[in-house]
Amino acid sequence: MRFALTEDQVAFRDAVRDLLAKECTPAVVRAASDAPAGKLDRGVWDSLREMGVLGLLVPEADGGLGLDETYLVPILEECGRAALPHPIVETAMVAARLLGADIGMVSTDLGGPNVPCATDADMLLLLRDDALIAVATSEVTLDPVATVDSARRAARVTAIPANPPPAPEPVPIELALDRGALGTAAMLVGLGQAMLDLTVGYVQERQQFGVPIGSFQAVKHHLADAALALEFARPAVWRAGWSVAHDQPTRARDVSMAKAMANDAAELVSRKALQCHGAIGYTVEADLHLFMKRAWALARSWGDTAHHTDRVASALDA
Amino acid sequence: MDLTWSSAEDAFRAEARAWLEANLAAWRAECGGEPASGDTREGFAQHLGWERRLFADQWAAVSWPAEHGGRGASLWEWLLFEEEYYRAACPPRVTQNGIFLLAPSIFEFGNPDQQAGILARMAGADDLWCQGWSEPNAGSDLASVTSKARRVDGGWVLDGQKTWTTRGAFCTHLFGLFRTDPDSARHKGLTYFLLPLDTPGVTVRGFGRLDGDEGFAEVFFDDAFLADDAIPGGVVLGEAEGGWAVAMATAGSERGLTLRSPGRFVATAERLVTLANELGDAVLRRRAATAWMHAEAYQQQTLATVTKLAWGAKPGAEASLAKLWWSELDIELHQVALDLLGADAEVDGPWSKAWQFSLSGPIYAGTNEIQRNIAAERVLGLPR
Repeated sequence: MRFALTEDQVAFRDAVRDLLAKECTPAVVRAASDAPAGKLDRGVWDSLREMGVLGLLVPEADGGLGLDETYLVPILEECGRAALPHPIVETAMVAARLLGADIGMVSTDLGGPNVPCATDADMLLLLRDDALIAVATSEVTLDPVATVDSARRAARVTAIPANPPPAPEPVPIELALDRGALGTAAMLVGLGQAMLDLTVGYVQERQQFGVPIGSFQAVKHHLADAALALEFARPAVWRAGWSVAHDQPTRARDVSMAKAMANDAAELVSRKALQCHGAIGYTVEADLHLFMKRAWALARSWGDTAHHTDRVASALDA
Repeated sequence: MDLTWSSAEDAFRAEARAWLEANLAAWRAECGGEPASGDTREGFAQHLGWERRLFADQWAAVSWPAEHGGRGASLWEWLLFEEEYYRAACPPRVTQNGIFLLAPSIFEFGNPDQQAGILARMAGADDLWCQGWSEPNAGSDLASVTSKARRVDGGWVLDGQKTWTTRGAFCTHLFGLFRTDPDSARHKGLTYFLLPLDTPGVTVRGFGRLDGDEGFAEVFFDDAFLADDAIPGGVVLGEAEGGWAVAMATAGSERGLTLRSPGRFVATAERLVTLANELGDAVLRRRAATAWMHAEAYQQQTLATVTKLAWGAKPGAEASLAKLWWSELDIELHQVALDLLGADAEVDGPWSKAWQFSLSGPIYAGTNEIQRNIAAERVLGLPR
């Protein structure tokens, strides 16, 4: 029994954290909101590919790193912390094992009808008639969707080519859905951590009544509750990563628990963070909204809390 | 990450399970049916029979060294034992305030004579220890205690009052904080005493908790002379006037793992899910699943914490987060159970009983308001 990351996993995660701190700043996230369709900047994406993150789950023989989800989960937490706009879960967690290491940018409608970064992606993995198909983005018709988090860059797929080829390797759709929910849960924990960190910093700077507002008990209790939710959601997500990596019989239950808890934690933290920021949080000038809006979207993609809780309930009734 | 148990740990679990099953049945037969609550006089006496069974086969304090009656189990094995204990629906430990609250401080601060004289008798339920910290005017503000101890020839003279002392009316010994420097304020000048409750001048009055059981007591000290040799190795634990540091070590155990391991909540959650599958509609089954996840998350978070402790880390302020979690989780589990029982939730029974007890969780071991302050200041670094 060893419920902790290995030194290797910590080192890899920290390297990604450092990279994202430089290359995925809030300015980069804001730029992603403004870039025209199909023109998402790929600077940080290319850096992640060079580090091997995109093909992390792909066997070494096929050009990947041959690592498992217990490596990728903490890395996706970092991607959430940076509010990375690129479809990292869709590409690295869901598509890479199906399509190989050198697949470019992939998005999918498995997580919901509003496909993130749809026009930017090279390829789309689509669910049609209970089967997965992989099609080049240039071959489908996309209808952009204006979303609250404009860095989602979402679109709906309105038409696909006739007789599209199936995904190269048939894959249980359930597993692809579980991978997506797991990766999104990790992103949500990271988003929550970012919102908490931002707020802890802000309440120590912001003075009212002549003292930092972080010295007030009401503010402390909000943030203690936020820290509490994250403290207990994170192990659930790590455990789910382990269950997927080791194909445990409890995989579906563990993934759903992770997603439900990460949803709830990220939403709770977003409420607490906004309240403790006060009016500045209710603007697009402060960075908080970048993380908050992403959390709202992700908490309802790849299955919302009710969906995943019912899945846990079914597993417990088996 | 390696979330599997070793074959030795599996064997330990199997041994614990077999012993608990056999002995629980034997003890219940000895009680002639359903034992009374351990927080009543009759039930307490029955529960001592259970405690002595545990001790006879070194299950009373599994993580203690063999010389004090334990079996030198690792923290991991201790967690497994607790899981099995509550899964088998074994009774609440009436000795817990000694074994889980005082004993860690005896191991850390006690002299060898105190360790030899106190621990095995505690684990064997020969001496029954209760906690004397709170006073009518010192609850969350523990440093404001006013009960006094005055040094005299050959001992100390105690004056004052303690209260909300769990199972105090049935215990034989008390550990508590007394002010030994009359001019001191707050955390300074406090001394941690160990004393027999039959010391002349000590009066114990039991009273009803929320559920009506006589589980609480107040303890009065009127010029009570406590001889230095009333306890083997002496009546002062740690340094005189150094009681705050000892108390904080105990508070750390009370808040964290050793008092409330995940096993009991996971077991309650499993029972709740069974109840929900029998009685619940989709909404209640969903709520039960949520509560179950919260119990399971406590289990996973504990595995992460114990991994750190196993590598030599000291328990830190994160224990406050754990206390917040398990206390609110316990209420949630029972709240859902009451909603499943509907109109029958008012009927006296295991769920309604445990529901009332769960309400004390956010109050004892440092109120949750205090825990939130600690978490914000010491985990997040917010200004005091």
